[in-house]
Amino acid sequence: MRVTFTVNGSRESVDDVWEGESLLYVLRERMGLPGAKNACEQGECGSCTVYLDGAPVCACLVAAGQVEGREVRTVEGLADGGRLDPVQEAFVECGAVQCGFCTPGLIVQTHALLARRPDPSDAEIREALAGNLCRCTGYEKILDAVRLAASRKTGAE
Amino acid sequence: MTETIRARAMGRPLERLDGRDKVVGQAPYAYEQQVTDPLYLHPVQAVIARGRINAIDTADAESLPGVVTVLTHLNAPRLTGDGDGDDRELWVLQSDEVHFRGQFIGVVVAETSEIARHAADLVRVEYERWPHDVELSADRDDLYAPDKVNAGHDTDTDVGDVAAALADAPVVVDHTYRTPMEYNNPMEPHATVAVWDAGGLTMYDSTQGVHVVRQRLAPLFGLDPGHVRVVAPHVGGGFGSKGAPHAHNVLAGLAAQVTGGRPVKLAVTRQQMFSVVGHRTPTIQRIGLGAETDGRLTALVHEVVEHTSRIVEYAEQTAVVSRMMYAAPNRRTRHRLAALDVPVPFWMRAPGEAPGAFALEVAMDELAVACGLDPVELRIRNEPDVDPESGRPFSGRRMSECLREGARRFGWESRDPTPAARLRDGWLEGTGVAASVYPRIMQTGNRAWVRYGPDGRYEVGIGAVDIGTGTWTALTQIAADALEVPVEEVRLRIGDTDLPEAAVAGGSGGLSAWGSAVVGAARAFREKFGRHPSAGDEATGTAPESPAAEDFSMYSFGAQFAHVRVHADTGEIRVPRMLGVFTVGRVVNPRTARSQFVGAMTMGLSMALHEEAVLDPRFGHVVNHDLATYHIATHADVQDVDAIWLDEEDPRSNPMGIRGIGEIGIVGAAAAVANAVHHATGVRVRDLPITPDKLFH
Amino acid sequence: MRPLEYRRAEDPRRAVTAVAGRPGAMFLGAGTNLVDHLKLGVARPDLLVDVSHLPYDKIEPRPGGGLRIGAAVRNSDLAAHPLVRQHYPVLAQALLSGASPQLRNLATTAGNLLQRTRCPYFQDVTTPCNKREPGTGCSALEGYNREHAVLGASEHCVAVHPSDMAVALTVLDAEVRVLGSGGERTIPITELYRLPGDRPDRDTVLKHGDLITAVDLPGLPMAAHSAYRKVRERASYAFALVSVAAAVQVRDGAITDARVAFGGLAHKPWRAYRAEEALRGVRVSAAPGDTLAEATTAAPIAAGGAASTGENAGGTSTVEDLRAAADAELADARPLAHNAFKIPMARNTFVAVLRGLLREEGATR
Repeated sequence: MRVTFTVNGSRESVDDVWEGESLLYVLRERMGLPGAKNACEQGECGSCTVYLDGAPVCACLVAAGQVEGREVRTVEGLADGGRLDPVQEAFVECGAVQCGFCTPGLIVQTHALLARRPDPSDAEIREALAGNLCRCTGYEKILDAVRLAASRKTGAE
Repeated sequence: MTETIRARAMGRPLERLDGRDKVVGQAPYAYEQQVTDPLYLHPVQAVIARGRINAIDTADAESLPGVVTVLTHLNAPRLTGDGDGDDRELWVLQSDEVHFRGQFIGVVVAETSEIARHAADLVRVEYERWPHDVELSADRDDLYAPDKVNAGHDTDTDVGDVAAALADAPVVVDHTYRTPMEYNNPMEPHATVAVWDAGGLTMYDSTQGVHVVRQRLAPLFGLDPGHVRVVAPHVGGGFGSKGAPHAHNVLAGLAAQVTGGRPVKLAVTRQQMFSVVGHRTPTIQRIGLGAETDGRLTALVHEVVEHTSRIVEYAEQTAVVSRMMYAAPNRRTRHRLAALDVPVPFWMRAPGEAPGAFALEVAMDELAVACGLDPVELRIRNEPDVDPESGRPFSGRRMSECLREGARRFGWESRDPTPAARLRDGWLEGTGVAASVYPRIMQTGNRAWVRYGPDGRYEVGIGAVDIGTGTWTALTQIAADALEVPVEEVRLRIGDTDLPEAAVAGGSGGLSAWGSAVVGAARAFREKFGRHPSAGDEATGTAPESPAAEDFSMYSFGAQFAHVRVHADTGEIRVPRMLGVFTVGRVVNPRTARSQFVGAMTMGLSMALHEEAVLDPRFGHVVNHDLATYHIATHADVQDVDAIWLDEEDPRSNPMGIRGIGEIGIVGAAAAVANAVHHATGVRVRDLPITPDKLFH
Repeated sequence: MRPLEYRRAEDPRRAVTAVAGRPGAMFLGAGTNLVDHLKLGVARPDLLVDVSHLPYDKIEPRPGGGLRIGAAVRNSDLAAHPLVRQHYPVLAQALLSGASPQLRNLATTAGNLLQRTRCPYFQDVTTPCNKREPGTGCSALEGYNREHAVLGASEHCVAVHPSDMAVALTVLDAEVRVLGSGGERTIPITELYRLPGDRPDRDTVLKHGDLITAVDLPGLPMAAHSAYRKVRERASYAFALVSVAAAVQVRDGAITDARVAFGGLAHKPWRAYRAEEALRGVRVSAAPGDTLAEATTAAPIAAGGAASTGENAGGTSTVEDLRAAADAELADARPLAHNAFKIPMARNTFVAVLRGLLREEGATR
């Protein structure tokens, strides 16, 4: 089947999509957007987190057909041209990135958290990011990055 | 003592050079490498644990539109060699025998991965089932002593008269400790893209070592190593499981031979990882400690029973930690294996030390309780003057400082040792301590080159990889200091067998080996071309072992502290704080290093409370073979984990003065948590993980 | 790629007809469970009828009190709804304890109710499972069953229902509105789920083609004093070992009404009628801040320590009554090889939740 939806602001169509395919597969294999990662395929790690109609979701569990007419934003769509989003900047600065495989999902989820709650408490951050598993960092630098991004975002407003 | 390089860039918290590509989603991992017109693979796995394939029917699968072919043992290209020894793990699709459940017995080659997955489901297999056995126990009658254990250690050691010392000791602690089968579970599942053309085999692989992949695969495929190229610019974690090629690499190499030059892509699924990319063996460990009433050890027994697969022997060096850690005059260590019909075990972060230190360091806590001694003081009292195993002095052993500094920062002095004495808001609180250790490992066979480019920058090449540890950044810092230039003038090239031979990123020894080679190359370059080279000037260097290695025992050490809360009603365990203090030689990059320490400690927390693969003896498979059921710590499980290190360099180790940092953070962490749980509840849990059910009486 | 047809439903009745008329058809909500099952081979439909776009995405007050929750309302929206938070805290808490934010952003009301068990043998098509393939046997019964049922199980199946939300809805006496081939009907949630018996393949009493359109919550003043407590190993993002949903009403120093349900113990959310009966009339002996608030519940996990002596010495008759009520409910519990801990854990959690509610109730009087 053909599926048409908006990705990072641009309307795209893909053909010959199998009905059981996931949004993650469509993004990675058919649209050349490798940012969202495939690490568990069952919503248990958050590495594939993308925005769907403004809410972060696990792209591995969204059937391709369900995306018809909707709006998807991936980690590739967060930077403004060459300028990183403050969340992306903070992840680099704080050393919140190690192997980087969980990073895109964490950045989208953090971006969504700060949009909804600009100044979250530590406990809120930890719970909001509990669906994004990381095996390298021990999460501490990720927490620092979220705090830094939050302070920059609120400071910028 | 080697001549060290002057630290200008080293020691600075340089931001990760690969950070930007990773946060925008553009760093290419193995599966994301751009290749033309690829085909996709999906393996077929055995659903019996032992037996023979009587018939395998691929007709339905092959008739599916989009399927190119299905390879099985009947039609797969033949591998070269005799398939013995360690190659038995890689002897894929070469015979009809099934050695463990989940073994690859076929592979579908198709136009899309979804077609391949569906077709794999349509392959029909008839088996002749043979009895299988996957159950480890200490009283099996077929336990055997391997010739050596991992990393070349002796299987058994005996010093003094342990039996007499235990019999005479006024205080004896003698218990059995268990650690479960565990899985590395890097976030990036193993993946490989293989291209087989006139030039040979090219493999984009998620690996900890491009050269080890080439070295192992080239002879199997009957290729000259020069005709095998392995590329790995970015790797999503490994923790040991990507330290050597596994069956999926061979599967991809076989499939790539039958596609007329079209690339093949294989992404191992999370579930498949529980069968084919290694795991940490379960262990059953007896620790016997004999001590004087003042806590001084007179005897130390560490006897280990663990499993290996029947096809490849892997013997975890679990008891080696007890050979050098404490000054007990009488010591005995043993390793015994049960060869079972299980997937092939392999390295997982701090193999040997991680499970071994859990047992030893919980036992030490039990001894502290038995002697009425503070557990920090007990460890300090048993500090050896020289390495008890080799008799050589340590190049640096500031264990006591780590313990004291950690105790000071953790507020240990106000600790009341009474167990189960602190109930606050329904939670029982406790604190625990454990020691950490990890050997300084120097791998051989490393080379690097330095080239001066027309742009005035120094290009530095070595086939190292960055599995998330920070190689891109830290090795650039070392190169800059070796050349005595700013980091901006260095352009590092890694992750490719076209670059000089490099050791695997493992044993916390990657940076030591690669950095030594880079220093060698830089020195050769300066010697040849001086401070004002011309474009195109190039020199190569190697990484010789430090002359001091013969005279000194080299280890990193640390002390781990944990604060736990255990819910008095439900048994839920939370860890509000962990602190690690380490002595590791020089730290090249504090920003990347801190995250590695904290990450390893968190893996230790995860080991303490969550991680356990459950083997079902009837089927022979890991029941909880996904991230939904094999739990690793989430962000919400971590509250305050911090790591610090003593300021130092170890010039005896290598020209950078480093000893390695990747693994020590997990060693002892689980014991510190277990000891804190005992302090909180009075319940001594000797088998990991510590789950609420084990606290109910 | 298994041949699979996908249709987006535009009309509820036609959706019902489409599924009811085709044995291999399934409704697709958000897909958080079904899309996983497609990959695992646990579900093998030949038609997916996507009902997530049907106009069931509203939360509306009902005349005469209560709420109507549309079947397609996202779990995250439901948990955040002011009326839910204010009048049914047990529901908001249960929702927020489930899965992860990303999954709650997808998951729907109906999909949450109809999610399948996470029994690992059910999820693994290479092992026998009566729920997935009737007649093949139950692998968990003699296998790894640490997370399995202690109440209401059968020799054919020992799986537990995984939903947190459904446990909360069970204490709220929610009603499930269903559109079937024969028209609309209402099923009390306490009658929606089945015990496994000899047909563990059937989780609910729904017929093939029945479409859940909404969940109705009754106006229930006592639900404002309600709570959900989920016990799990990880601090987040794990299914319950045991959970308790409860609401309680106190008048003149005694419990006049109580509703309690357990999660993680059975093939369905387990409404604890026996415990409720035992709770009615229990004297709440403690004033705010006195020993009731201080007392640790039931059996502390670490016998011999301060929890069972020291601070716990002031155990009150109320706590003993709570414990007795839990024991009444759990008297029929039958542990398997690996899950005996669930019984004391459930009892302790029950007492902890009730004690917390009574303390809260005392504080508001």
